[in-house]
This record gives sequence, structure tokens and C-alpha cells, in this order.
Amino acid sequence: MNLPMDTETAVEVADLSVMAADSAGARRPIVDGVSFTIARGEVAALIGESGSGKTTIALSLMGFARTGCRIAATRLRVGRTDVLALKRRELAAFRGRNVCYIAQSAAAAFNPARRILPQVIEGTAIHRLMSRAAAEAKAIALFHALALPDPEGIGARFPHQVSGGQLQRLLAAMALITEPELLILDEPTTALDVTTQIEVLRAFKRVVRERGVTALYVSHDLAVVAQIADRIAVLRDGRMQEAAQTSHLIAAPEHPYTASLLAAAAPTPRAAPAAAEAPVPLLDIRGLVAGYGAVRSSGLPTVPVLHNVDLSIRQGSAFGVVGESGCGKSTLARVIAGLLPPARGSIRLEGESLAGRAAARTREQLRRIQIVFQMPDVALNPARTVARIIGRPLVFYHGLSGAALRRRTAELLELVHLPTSLAARYPGELSGGQKQRVNLARALAAEPSLVLCDEVTSALDTVIGAQILDLLAELRERLGLSYLFISHDLATVRALCDEVMVLYAGRRVESGRRDTLLRRPVHPYTELLLSSVPELRPGWLEMVPPVPAARGIAAGMGGRGCPFFPRCPHGIPDLCAREPPPLRMLAKGAEIACHRSEEDLLALQSQKSATAAMPPPASVSTCRELQCP
Amino acid sequence: MSEAAPALHRRLRRRGRNAGAGLVGAAIVGLWMFAALAAPLLAPHGEAAIVSNTVFGPMSGRFPLGTDYLGRDVLSLILYGARYTIGLALAATALAAGSGVVLGSLAAASGGTLDAVLSRAMDTLISLPGLMFALVMVAALGSSVPVLIATAAVIYTPGAFRIARSLAVDINAMDFVVVARARGEKTHTIMFEEILPNMVLPVLTDFGLRFVFIVLLLSSLSFLGLGIQPPAADWGSLVRENIQGLGYGAPAVIMPAVAIATLTIGVNLLIDGFAGGRRREFADGH
Ligand SMILES: Nc1ncnc2c1ncn2[C@@H]1O[C@H](COP(=O)(O)OP(=O)(O)OP(=O)(O)O)[C@@H](O)[C@H]1O
Ligand code: SF4
Ligand SMILES: [Mg+2]
Repeated sequence: MNLPMDTETAVEVADLSVMAADSAGARRPIVDGVSFTIARGEVAALIGESGSGKTTIALSLMGFARTGCRIAATRLRVGRTDVLALKRRELAAFRGRNVCYIAQSAAAAFNPARRILPQVIEGTAIHRLMSRAAAEAKAIALFHALALPDPEGIGARFPHQVSGGQLQRLLAAMALITEPELLILDEPTTALDVTTQIEVLRAFKRVVRERGVTALYVSHDLAVVAQIADRIAVLRDGRMQEAAQTSHLIAAPEHPYTASLLAAAAPTPRAAPAAAEAPVPLLDIRGLVAGYGAVRSSGLPTVPVLHNVDLSIRQGSAFGVVGESGCGKSTLARVIAGLLPPARGSIRLEGESLAGRAAARTREQLRRIQIVFQMPDVALNPARTVARIIGRPLVFYHGLSGAALRRRTAELLELVHLPTSLAARYPGELSGGQKQRVNLARALAAEPSLVLCDEVTSALDTVIGAQILDLLAELRERLGLSYLFISHDLATVRALCDEVMVLYAGRRVESGRRDTLLRRPVHPYTELLLSSVPELRPGWLEMVPPVPAARGIAAGMGGRGCPFFPRCPHGIPDLCAREPPPLRMLAKGAEIACHRSEEDLLALQSQKSATAAMPPPASVSTCRELQCP
Repeated sequence: MSEAAPALHRRLRRRGRNAGAGLVGAAIVGLWMFAALAAPLLAPHGEAAIVSNTVFGPMSGRFPLGTDYLGRDVLSLILYGARYTIGLALAATALAAGSGVVLGSLAAASGGTLDAVLSRAMDTLISLPGLMFALVMVAALGSSVPVLIATAAVIYTPGAFRIARSLAVDINAMDFVVVARARGEKTHTIMFEEILPNMVLPVLTDFGLRFVFIVLLLSSLSFLGLGIQPPAADWGSLVRENIQGLGYGAPAVIMPAVAIATLTIGVNLLIDGFAGGRRREFADGH
């Protein structure tokens, strides 16, 4: 089991194949002849779409094959261990001691009923590595290194008392405490908001460098990987397409597939058809207040989510809504669709006032607004065929039947570029991208004027997501549709929309035309959001100025002041915490809600970018190391 | 973390065992169904014919399962009794599960007051002790096939309702139902088109369980002499009528009990197989 120590390479994989048995019993490779090595202290990345075999490879490094799969390799070595030669018992000791795994969902890795610290140091007790006190001291040192707030006290909390980004870092501490020979990170930031992701990435990178950890980073996101990995291997259908130094791979991809991944990572704006100037906007919302829970005597719901939102969507335009998770984007879509009656405010469809509840709207009004959801898996009834799913709105709104119904169904499938032979299938028999197309076809069947798209590309791979964006742009041009396009991903919003609204904690903080808003943000939150989107160039992470330490949530809570105040780098201590920010029309035509004037904010921005060009004093040492190799 | 791996293996192994158990269960249940349907063809003697002078006779070539306290053929009695035991239980189960599912999904799909009223009503029903309620019903209305079916159905509807409602509440929150609601669909369309088709498998599983309970309830009623009335006899009454034979170890009292046991075990095995198969479908889908 113990191999001669090779001081240079920490991981060696030669000709790794993983065979899976399909339902018919036939064997099919899901990983096919993959070879690579990882040097000691190096961070290697595996990148590819879902189903390309990235996680399978990562798991086989721990000697773990999914049910029905078999691993074969001429060499599979981690540290001094020949993984394939390990027996069951030895495997259990090997995992968690020699190799640690950080998965996408930190919440699933923690027991919600136990405090965090004992869970973090559990590995040291299982493998009998050190005393409890030593382990706790070490955990706290790791919390410091991972830039967690209140490193001494955070371990006493329960998992639900910390944020998702913090939990992900605590999971990293749990993995690193046994000082494994290899750390595997499987999409560790994919479920996080960009603003959180950047903090987690920064923390990961710092520990990895400081402690010389050897790591394998698995992701679909090239821009993220470019920040942290020394080398990148591109996978597709279980085969290695290309492997190169990060800067080299990004500057000069050799394989066409790598080039297509690079292209999908930075989507180009789809051409927008010239919108006809209609006198009345298609959808006009004024002073919208909405939320969940019982309505209190003040007329407001117990959990208010949206506060005084105004928006107006022109005929034929694509209106983007961006903001962090939980800011109320989906709630907005639900209100417009009539699924959640607003507490206050008006909604007008071409000047006609809409009732709050769908049941009180006319069928014609219902037909004109259709909603498309994020998760293709739950958006389609699994017990109905595609034909029946698409056919239902045709029957319901247009009264079609028989041959006309079949013809129109086939037309709709064609419209979303699906073969008509799919009509007889059940949703379980479709791929994610196909499901999302059926999902769209069902909305289009109603012949709507406005389609509410709630994160329609978020659950899809970048390349498939880009195809759906293309389809949306094409449909808009062919059918004159308007969209309310909700996303947490600025790149997709930029690709499709011509007007954008930024929501923060249920309030509109900035809105305006795409080009002005996304190229020259004015509001401090928009600026933070934009500067947090990873860029496809190594070293970007070090260039972004770190977010200032939160002022303490209490500072901005409860009051009527600016909700962004606790995180705002330019907040004016007394004013912003107490007074609601006024709306300001900007010279470029956008609107912001902020106490500071446009000139003020722009001046502050240029000041900040000037200081950011130099390494911030707090992390001088790490930056120097990284920038001058 | 990596702890997921062994758990997965264990699940897979359990699943393999389930599939085999399911087949055995299906065979047992199938045999009993066939016996009930084909009783007149299979039974060597008439339903109530006294064919022997020996009471509590042993197993023999002529009377494969011996004779009962009147000298009737036990095999024939069990075959004919299967019709009552299985037929009654099936009817009552269908009634209980059917009304439970319809009311449960109606409650979930409409929500609000209707949901609250139905749920409270079912809570009240479920708090009644089942056997006591049955005794009261039979005492008040006399024992007849319709009364027995209705009684068992009333007792087991609330359980079916609860399960169906919680299933329907889950499905109701799924995006495809939300889309249907935003489309303006009426409650009954949402119920029959979107919710019910996705409840079939779990409801079938529940159906099997409820069937077992009802078989046992009706058998106990018959054992107390309040079920099927002579000369007709279901398995429960056969056990009661021949209870004196217990001292002699007569097959006449043991065999009907064995019949009840095999039927309930068979249905249980079949359900397990079902649930295992369903889990596999889920796992493959992802
Ligand atoms: N049914 C509900 N009852 C109570 N609170 C809810 C309910 N649904 C959502 N919320 C809360 O309302 C807030 C806004 O939720 P919403 O789904 O609109 O966010 P979002 O911007 O769409 O987030 P994401 O990007 O994660 O989808 C959140 O704080 C959420 O927890
Ligand atoms: S109002 Fe104050 S706290 Fe809010 S964004 Fe503007 S400067 Fe920052
Ligand atoms: Mg949402």
C-alpha cells in the first residue's frame, strides 16, 4: 500500500477509466483514459459541463465509485497511497485523513442540531491526531486564516446561525484540520451569490497558498477557476480535451471546445430589435409593496419583501432584474403573475389595471402574461407527456382540439428547436436543456405579450444556458415578445436585456438602460455587484478591492434608512442609517436611490480604483507573493 | 462528505432484496385472488355441505385440510371464505382510499377554509377507537355486508386522507402546479390533471397497507361473531367456529388463521417491493 515517496508530485493518475453499467447492463465509460499529475502545493482544476465526469474523477481519487461504477487505472496515487489497493477499512481511514472533500452544499455536510466547533474538529478525534484542546486551537487558527468573523466565538453557533458563505468556509476548516495530502473542492462557490463568492474565493486562496495545500478544484466556471488554479484540465464526455497552465489556456486555448467554453463564459449581448415606441408601457407597476404571511392591521404583511417598487416595461423590450438571493426577485414575478396579491400598489397591463389575484383576472389578461421557472425538473408535470403539457394552454386559452391542436403543438416544438418526435415523451426522458425548451414552448402556447423568466438559465450549464439565451433573443425578434428577465447572474442579464433594475433587500436601488447601468454603475451596491463578477483573467481576484467589514447588521436594520448601509463603503453614518435615501435622476438617464449625489459617488469610485491598483495594506505579503512569481 | 458512500451502498443492497420480496408477495396475493375468483371450480366440496361424520378430522386425501366442527371440508370453506375476506376488504379499502385521496387532494388544492374544515373533521374521526366504533355500528345497524364495508371504510378514510393530503401539499408547491394556477386553471382541473397523476404510486402503497388493516379488522369482527353471518363464513368466522378444535390441534382452526397470516404478509411484501422499485426509479432519474 505504501509507495515510495515522490517529493515532487502529490497526486498521480494514469489512464483512469470509470465504467458505469446502464439499465440494460451494458458497460459504458463515463471517464475514459484520463491521466494527470498534481505537484505538491499546486492547485489543479478540472473544468467541464455537467456530465463531463469531473466529479467522478474527483471521487475516484478518494477510492469512491458511485453505485454500479467500477474504477480502473494503471496508476492512482495520492501521496504515498495506492488508492486502488486499499481495503474497505483502510479506505475509510484514508478518506477524511489523507483526502478531504468540500462539496457544493455546505449545509448538507453539517449536522443542523450540533454546534459548529465540535463538528469541525471531529476528524481529528476519529483519526486520533491530536488532543481536543490542540484541535480547537487549530480550528480557531483556521477560522482566522479563512477570514471568518468572530473566529473565537463562531464555533459555538449552530449551522443555521451563519450565512451560506461562512458555512462554506467552515467546511473548508473542517477539511483542512487533518492536514490532508489532497483537498478536493467540488463547485464550492456555485451556490453562492457573486458578492459572497468573492469573499469565499479569497479566503480559500489565502489558506491554500499560506499552508501549501495541494488541491483539486472542480468547477464549470472558467472565470472562477482562473483565479485560483495553477493548471486547468478541460474535460468533455469523460475525456481530457486539453490541459495547460492557467494563463496559457485562457490566452491561447488549443482545443476548439475550450474556445467554446471561453466564449460561453463571456456572453456577447444579443442584438435587440428596435422597440416600437408605444404611448403606454406594456406593464407599469407603481408603489408595489408585497410580502408573505398574515396581513397586519397596518395592511402590511408580516414578512414584507418588496418595498415601494416602481417599474415600467416597454412593448417589445427585455427588462432585467438583478440582485442577490433573497432580495425579492421571484416575489416580484409572483406578484405580476397574480400568484401573490400585493399589499399596496398598482399593476397595469397596457393601461388596464390588473387584479391582485389570478382568479380575479380575465382569461385574456392571464393569457398575456406567462411565467417560466428556473428548475426545469419541477416545472413540468412528470406524469404528462410533452404533447399534453404544451397542449393544455392551447386547449385552455384557444380552445384548440384534434388535428389543429396537434399541428400547433408541432409548430411550437419547432419554434423552440425541438424535434416533433419528442411530443410523446415524458419530462423524465428529456435533458435539462430540452426540458427548459418545453417549459418555454408551454408559455409561448398562450401567445403571451410578456414572459416572466425567473432564472431560466441558472440551472443549466453555461453552453446550454447560452443556447437558451439565443433562443429567447430569437423568439423576441420573431414574435415581438417582451420579457421580465430575472437573474442573479449579471452576464446573462447583460446578454439579453435592454433595461435593468437592481434590487437590494426588496428595494429598487438603481435602474436604467443596460449599457449605461452595467458599464458605468453609480449606486454603491450596483458597483459592488458588478465588481464581484469574476473576470476571465488570472490575478483579477487580487485586483478587486475587498469589501469593507460589515458595519454590523444592527446599524441598518429596523430603521427606515438605506438597507445597504451596513455594507456600503460610502455610507454617511448618521444620515444613511436614519433617513430613507431619495430617488435621484442621473445625467445618463438612470435612477438611483442614494443620499449621495452622482458626482460624489463617481468621485469616490475613481478614488477607490486608484487605491485598489496598489495592494491593500492588510494583505501585502500574500499579494506580493502572487504578483511577482 | 464521503460518508454518503456506504449509505448509498446499503440502500442499493436493500433495494435488491426488496425486488425479490416483492415477487414472492405478488405470487402469494395472486394465488389468493385466484382462489377467491375460482372457488366454485377449485373447491372439492360444496360451500356449506356436511360431507363427513368426523368432526375436527385430520388432513387426508379426501379432505386435504381436514374437516370442521360440523364435518364440512375445511379446504372448500377456506376457498369460499376467501371471497368474503378479500372481497369485503377490497371494497372497503377502495372506498376508504378513494375518498381519502379525493378529499385530501381537494383540501390541498383549495386550501383555506375547506382545507381546515376537512382536516378537523378527519382529526375527529381518527380519534375514535376503530374497533369500538365498529361494534357500535354493528350493534345499531345489524351486521350485513354493506354495513361492514361502510364501517371499515369510515374507520380507514382519515388515515388515507392524511397521507394523500400531505402528498398533495408537496406536489401543490411544485412549479408546474404554480404555472397551472397562474394560467387560471380551476381547482378541479389542477387536482385531476396536475396533482392526482403524481400520487398514484405512493397511494397504491398506502392502499396495500390499509387493505391489511381492514382484513384484520373484519377478521376480528367475525371472530367476535359480529362479522359475516352463518351459513356464509369468512376466515375470521372459521377461526371462531372451530375454536374448540384448538385443543385437538385440528387443522380446521389453524388453517384459516394461516390463510389470514399469509395474505397479510403477502400484501406487505408486495408493498415493500413496490416502494423499492419506486425508489430505484427516482435514483435513476437523477
Ligand atoms: N412563502 C414564503 N413565506 C415566507 N417568506 C418567503 C416565502 N417565499 C419567499 N420568502 C422570503 O422572501 C424573500 C424573497 O424571496 P424571493 O424568492 O423573492 O427571493 P429571490 O430574489 O428570488 O432569491 P433567489 O435568487 O434565491 O431566487 C426571502 O427572504 C425569502 O426567504
Ligand atoms: S444611501 Fe448611503 S448607505 Fe445607502 S447606498 Fe447611498 S451612500 Fe450608501
Ligand atoms: Mg428566485
